[in-house]
Amino acid sequence: MSLTGRIVTVYGNMVTAEVNGSVAQNAVAYCHRSDGVKLMSEIIRIRGNLIDMQVFELTRGLMVGDLVEVTDDLLSVELGPGLIGMVYDGLQNPLVEMAQKVGNFLEPGHYLKALDRNKQWDFTPVAKVGDVLTCAEVLGFVKENIFDHNIMVPFTLRGEWTVKDIAPAGKYTVEQTIATLEKDDETISVNMIQKWPVRMPLGIYKERLLPTTPMVTKQRIIDTFFPVMLGGTYCIPGPFGAGKTVLQSNTSRYADVDLVIIAACGERAGEVVETLREFPHLQDPRTGRTLIERTIIICNTSSMPVAARESSVYTAVTLGEYYRQVGLNVLLLADSTSRWAQALREMSGRLEEIPGEEAFPAYLESSIARFYERGGIVELKNGKKASLTIGGTVSPAGGNFEEPVTQGTIKVVGAFLGLSYARSYARRFPAIDPLESWSKYNGIIDTEKVDWAHDFLKRGKTVNEMMQVVGEEGTSIEDFIVYLKSEFLDNVYLQQNSFDEVDAACPVERQKYLFNMVTDVLAYNFAFVSKADARDTFFTLTEQFRNWNYTPWGSEKLAEIENKVKETLAAKGAAK
Amino acid sequence: MNKYYTKIDNLAGNVATLKAKGVGYDELAVVEGKWGKSLAQVIRVNGDSATIQIFAGTRGVSTGDKVTFLGSSMRFSFSEDLFGRVFSGSGEARDGRGELTDNLVEVGGPAVNPAIRLMPNRMIPTNIPMIDVFNTLVEGQKLPIFSIPGEPYNELLARIALQAEADVIILGGMGLKYDEYLFFKNKLEQGGAMDHSIMFIHTASDPVVECLQTPDIALTVAEQFALEGKKVLCLLTDMTNFANALKEISITMEQIPSNRGYPGDLYSQLASRYEKAVVFEDGGSITLIAVTTMPGDDVTHPVPDNTGYITEGQFYLKGGVIDPFGSLSRLKQQVNGKTRDDHRAIMDGCIQLYSKCRETREKRAMGFEMSEWDNKLLSYGDDFEKKIMSFSNNVGLFDALDSCWKLLSDHFEPRETGIRSNLCEKYWKKEQA
Ligand SMILES: Nc1ncnc2c1ncn2[C@@H]1O[C@H](COP(=O)(O)OP(=O)(O)OP(=O)(O)O)[C@@H](O)[C@H]1O
Ligand SMILES: [Mg+2]
Repeated sequence: MSLTGRIVTVYGNMVTAEVNGSVAQNAVAYCHRSDGVKLMSEIIRIRGNLIDMQVFELTRGLMVGDLVEVTDDLLSVELGPGLIGMVYDGLQNPLVEMAQKVGNFLEPGHYLKALDRNKQWDFTPVAKVGDVLTCAEVLGFVKENIFDHNIMVPFTLRGEWTVKDIAPAGKYTVEQTIATLEKDDETISVNMIQKWPVRMPLGIYKERLLPTTPMVTKQRIIDTFFPVMLGGTYCIPGPFGAGKTVLQSNTSRYADVDLVIIAACGERAGEVVETLREFPHLQDPRTGRTLIERTIIICNTSSMPVAARESSVYTAVTLGEYYRQVGLNVLLLADSTSRWAQALREMSGRLEEIPGEEAFPAYLESSIARFYERGGIVELKNGKKASLTIGGTVSPAGGNFEEPVTQGTIKVVGAFLGLSYARSYARRFPAIDPLESWSKYNGIIDTEKVDWAHDFLKRGKTVNEMMQVVGEEGTSIEDFIVYLKSEFLDNVYLQQNSFDEVDAACPVERQKYLFNMVTDVLAYNFAFVSKADARDTFFTLTEQFRNWNYTPWGSEKLAEIENKVKETLAAKGAAK
Repeated sequence: MNKYYTKIDNLAGNVATLKAKGVGYDELAVVEGKWGKSLAQVIRVNGDSATIQIFAGTRGVSTGDKVTFLGSSMRFSFSEDLFGRVFSGSGEARDGRGELTDNLVEVGGPAVNPAIRLMPNRMIPTNIPMIDVFNTLVEGQKLPIFSIPGEPYNELLARIALQAEADVIILGGMGLKYDEYLFFKNKLEQGGAMDHSIMFIHTASDPVVECLQTPDIALTVAEQFALEGKKVLCLLTDMTNFANALKEISITMEQIPSNRGYPGDLYSQLASRYEKAVVFEDGGSITLIAVTTMPGDDVTHPVPDNTGYITEGQFYLKGGVIDPFGSLSRLKQQVNGKTRDDHRAIMDGCIQLYSKCRETREKRAMGFEMSEWDNKLLSYGDDFEKKIMSFSNNVGLFDALDSCWKLLSDHFEPRETGIRSNLCEKYWKKEQA
């Protein structure tokens, strides 16, 4: 039974209506435009019999007195097989299907089902008649691409349910009943679709664990120096053009996870198009399948309605939690969380709430914290470990990290990969600042060794600053060598050319190998006749290592280059 | 019959409030009084009252003026009859020729579905080496010119417009000085482009609300042509004036500013305009080049800052040239791999050497000794500025690449350039006998 009311105020994408009856916060409502078009909205404040709604569409044409229909449903997503490979907007409308139905433009008032109702899935039962199960336990599975997609006891069921009936192996659509469950004298039939309200964390498990396994991104500076773990969280703040999106796009291609969810939140449509058009043709080296077969895109770009942008990150994170529930290691990449925060700010302004710093609402920080808290690694009821890792970019005004969104994020994430304007200006990509960034996690290489290498970067910077003042002449050769070593480490290890086929992704084994080679150079006791000699030698070494980086793993050329490196070193070694 | 009312309750800034029934959000109205007639738009409906924003401002508007609601949001006539015409920021004829009323299309409609967009992949030649070689412009790109006031940004805009081989040129002028408007008009006429150009001009003396309408009407028309398969080049100058108009209006509306007085939705407002840049499947496209003047040459000022987060790079105009370091075309990779085999190598090589020259100049300024290599860099840098960077160079891409090779050959040995040896062998300019 739905309730109706009448609009009393329209102001931007905020509409206030008068209703009589009980309504729930975050319930979905529809504003009926006089030409019959229904605009989806969400209740975000209730004052007596007035409800304030954020409308997920252009409110153009709405009038005082127009009908509002309030539903019992909270803003929710559909969960089930068939989500992978899809492109959804922030409300989970499939965009490709939308274009087929509605045309070039996102006309208001069109909503489509997220899951294909006609597709047949090969179902294999696991549970048996008589089994007693609780929510999120496995009834059976279907094959979705390479994954066993578990079909589970509905997440909303409380208590113990007995399997009364389970479908035999065979082909079923998502809407067909695959099991009947009973408890006391209640009986329900279950199909493959679940619904879950996006603003509620979805996590049904035995235990939440501490992240301990590195999530390999194949970006050396991350995996070695500022690692991220499966089930961990990290952020990438940086000024415009510093390389946030390119870094995330590389991560979405190469990260060692089962599934990547890309949330393009308030950024350029063109960047989504790139993913959309390329991923179906790019191979996932882990599986040999295409990348799109392990990707879901949630896309609410900057010119799409701002309220849907706000909800899009929740849509994305809920899908992530769902596939964790299924048993996968999921990575959610949100670009950019600042646009989401701005959407919050716009709505807060319309609600005339008391503003905090830079007009962001006072609850900004807690909202950020709640979002990242939804990540994590867990032990599911069946004993399997599964994880949701969350990485978000931050776009601070003026590139200055002293602003509310960056500061609110730093507090809650496990790794901080700060991009610097200076590094991107100098084309040192990925432009992660090695002296500002940090990670609370352990990576693929022994921490002590990493710290030792990292120390060169700090010392090199000090020498460089000194050299700006006293010139090269006034610098001792020992200091000068430290500086050259730090530049060497930067050039051949931290920097990575994402346009080179080989260098773009550096697997663990190769990283470890290269790290040892690099530390050999860092530890080497050089004897140079002059600074020019030192500079020249490091120039040669850098060239040799770069060539090494561009040479495929397993190629015989690698050993050749390594021999040349040995020769270079031998020619410049200090007597023992 | 349109509804009309003759009693305004409140007037402030550009905003009026009156009692009105059955009025839609965003609906257009006409306010008529002793001092003339102006369009207005509904920006809030609340109970039995409507708040309207009067395009011409409230100066001289009386509480007894007649307000007529038109029953729809803003529309604009679209047809080939627009070619050669000049309109005001709110779409009224500015050239003394009649108003157009046929085939009205909605202004500022919904966004394009991202799923139907295509990847931009065609180069737009400009005959400006700093663009063609180093930061190639791509069809369907959105790119601002960041500029200190006083730089020749309008000249640059006009030059790109005439060179770009677009089917349709649309100019949206915001807060233009009258002579800037005449400058564009003369340029387009002299260049023989007026027959496929349309101008929407808001001048500094026009009402501020009309400044807000200018990009919307211009881009709506652009979109219609693009849907017909036309390659549209849309020029917007100056978007900082547009942002300042937003600021002025949001402050009169008593909205809480977020940063230096600008409204919290500045990003979304700018983005919804810039994101009109598009490539459609059947070949139509909108390429959007805008001017953003930077108060105090400060890139972190909210307008250039928010713009940089939206656009696909920027041309940084400084000292009369396009600065090779601050400038970036983020889409250049889409095209510069298939122009000529030496394009990317020249792009990287020349800039790296020029950047080293700049470092050397700094060292020289600090009184450090100059080596032979330093002197090479210095003379290369001077030549690079004269022969490549200067706007007086008007050559096609291939000629520009050849000039770059000539420059390198004049100053360096092949191995000093860091360019792959097979390319050097092919293109190096051997000494002429
Ligand atoms: N790893 C990289 N290798 C080479 N070039 C890069 C790399 N990362 C970034 N770039 C260059 O920097 C440009 C901007 O990068 P990107 O789009 O990722 O910036 P961003 O930080 O996401 O900016 P915005 O905040 O405006 O979205 C790219 O178009 C590319 O030219
Ligand atoms: Mg980005």
